[in-house]
Amino acid sequence: MAEPLEVSYQELRHLVSERALNGDTVLLNMGPQHPSTHGVLRLLLELDGEVIINCIPDIGFLHTGIEKNMESKRWEMAEVMTDRTDYLNTTGNNLAYCLAIERLAELDVPPRAQAVRVILVELERISNHLVWLGTHALDLAAMSMFLYGFRERESILDIKEMCSGQRMMTTYFRPGGLWRDIPSEFEIAVRRFIRMFPGRLKQYHALLTKNPIFMDRTRNIGKITAEDAINLSATGPVLRGSGVAYDVRKAQPYSGYEQYDFVVPTGTHGDVYDRYLVRMEEMHQSVRIIQQALDKLPYGPFRSNNRKYVPPPRAELGTSMEAVIHHFKLWTEGFSLPKGAVYLPVESPKGELGFYVESDGGNKPYRVHMRTPSFVHLQALPFLCKGHLVADLVGIIGSVDIVLGDCDR
Amino acid sequence: MSDEHLKLALKALKDRFGLQESQLMKYPPTLEAEPDKIVDICQVLRDEFGFNFLCELTAVDYWPEEEPRFNVIYGFYSHSNNVRLAIRVPLNGDDPTLHTVEGIYRGANWHERELWDMFGINIEGHSDLRRIIMPHDWEGHPLRKDYPLGYEEPQFTFNYDEIDKRKHHARYEEA
Repeated sequence: MAEPLEVSYQELRHLVSERALNGDTVLLNMGPQHPSTHGVLRLLLELDGEVIINCIPDIGFLHTGIEKNMESKRWEMAEVMTDRTDYLNTTGNNLAYCLAIERLAELDVPPRAQAVRVILVELERISNHLVWLGTHALDLAAMSMFLYGFRERESILDIKEMCSGQRMMTTYFRPGGLWRDIPSEFEIAVRRFIRMFPGRLKQYHALLTKNPIFMDRTRNIGKITAEDAINLSATGPVLRGSGVAYDVRKAQPYSGYEQYDFVVPTGTHGDVYDRYLVRMEEMHQSVRIIQQALDKLPYGPFRSNNRKYVPPPRAELGTSMEAVIHHFKLWTEGFSLPKGAVYLPVESPKGELGFYVESDGGNKPYRVHMRTPSFVHLQALPFLCKGHLVADLVGIIGSVDIVLGDCDR
Repeated sequence: MSDEHLKLALKALKDRFGLQESQLMKYPPTLEAEPDKIVDICQVLRDEFGFNFLCELTAVDYWPEEEPRFNVIYGFYSHSNNVRLAIRVPLNGDDPTLHTVEGIYRGANWHERELWDMFGINIEGHSDLRRIIMPHDWEGHPLRKDYPLGYEEPQFTFNYDEIDKRKHHARYEEA
């Protein structure tokens, strides 16, 4: 077998300090199979004792060629792949993709579908933050948080299963609306969840927020100023932790977010602890949004009536020839979008998730690019962890909240 | 307020650099620029018009067309004015070069590495131009349209050496 190590050293030579060449500092490989890196992430660390001097992330272990693969699938087939990028925020990815298609096709989404989308995406945000909270606390040696987080997440997955038949990879949102209407138990289940959740959130606060060990390990760790965060293209809780109240839901509302009353929480210090507080408060705000969306959940159609893009209801197929033709066209060749391109961002739990979608007028995407928050935030990792101890590194990785499937696509 | 700011920025860029509005992009408002102007445009956008945030950097391949073969898309956002704007840069030929904007937006670093890795767009003046997603000895640039989807022989332990011999290890020979 070839020896790739020697070449890597030559390649990485300009990334480490002069002292590494003299042997004063140690190069340490961390990962790719390390439990605290939240996926298959390899880090090359240059260490002076325990202090990190340089950190070189090496990504791509989870590269699945989704962007390339989408170019060979029809529009509606390609949507299935968007679930698989960020597997903790599947409905959010669907939403971003559907919004881009709807903008290209100038397709209107009925208010009921928009409200259901908002409810599910906010539930997903809570579920994503629960996984983040559990693993982040586990990294910092608070074992029980992991179990509590996954317990609550289970009820969110049940709600998703109720709607779509799938716990994680739902593909429930379709261009023009939803796959099917929400079941009658949906409202009861969501109401039960939002009644229960704020109390649970208080328990988490009691477990961690004033916990001296947790505070010692998170405060003044991984600091980043607002200017640096913006310059590094950071978004989401990483940016908000530094005090910039940038949230796409507020700045450029989509899917009817302008109707809901919620606050964008921000931190002041930009350290791991502030990012933790921001995410905790975001979960609380998500509950508020779900409450409002449920209270005024409108009746009406759950998907658009534009038959060029949206299949007709099953009942119509028996009586209308036109419906049969549309159904046949949609199931054999799919729909074609007019020539054009669009870049549309949404606020995923991790930050700004943007879809650049280009159509050449055919029934397949000409190009889809996902601007994924994990990819951009991982870039900031070397800046965050410089000068900290190796033990703090796992806390910093946890605090930027990456999913490697989202990063490598 | 913000719409006015956007109009002002678009007009200033059109006047100063002679840019055309792109008909392809439906959102955000987009201008087309030549590759040699992009660094100056970024500088003006950030310093004069407050577009302090590079939100998107990607490319599209139009193979088999040669002129332009690629389009590179820069997406900007201004936190203070809450507006978005994009620049499209057409690139000709199979082996195009583009100057880095890493000095203006540090966040462009990995995006530009991705451009090199996936499209083979050479980034001049980049501090660390290595492949980012594909393995370092990979051949070809997967997101180009003339790169086939599939037909890659899987490399297992029993046939590792055999396939490895067929690969061109330019970097190994250098080192």
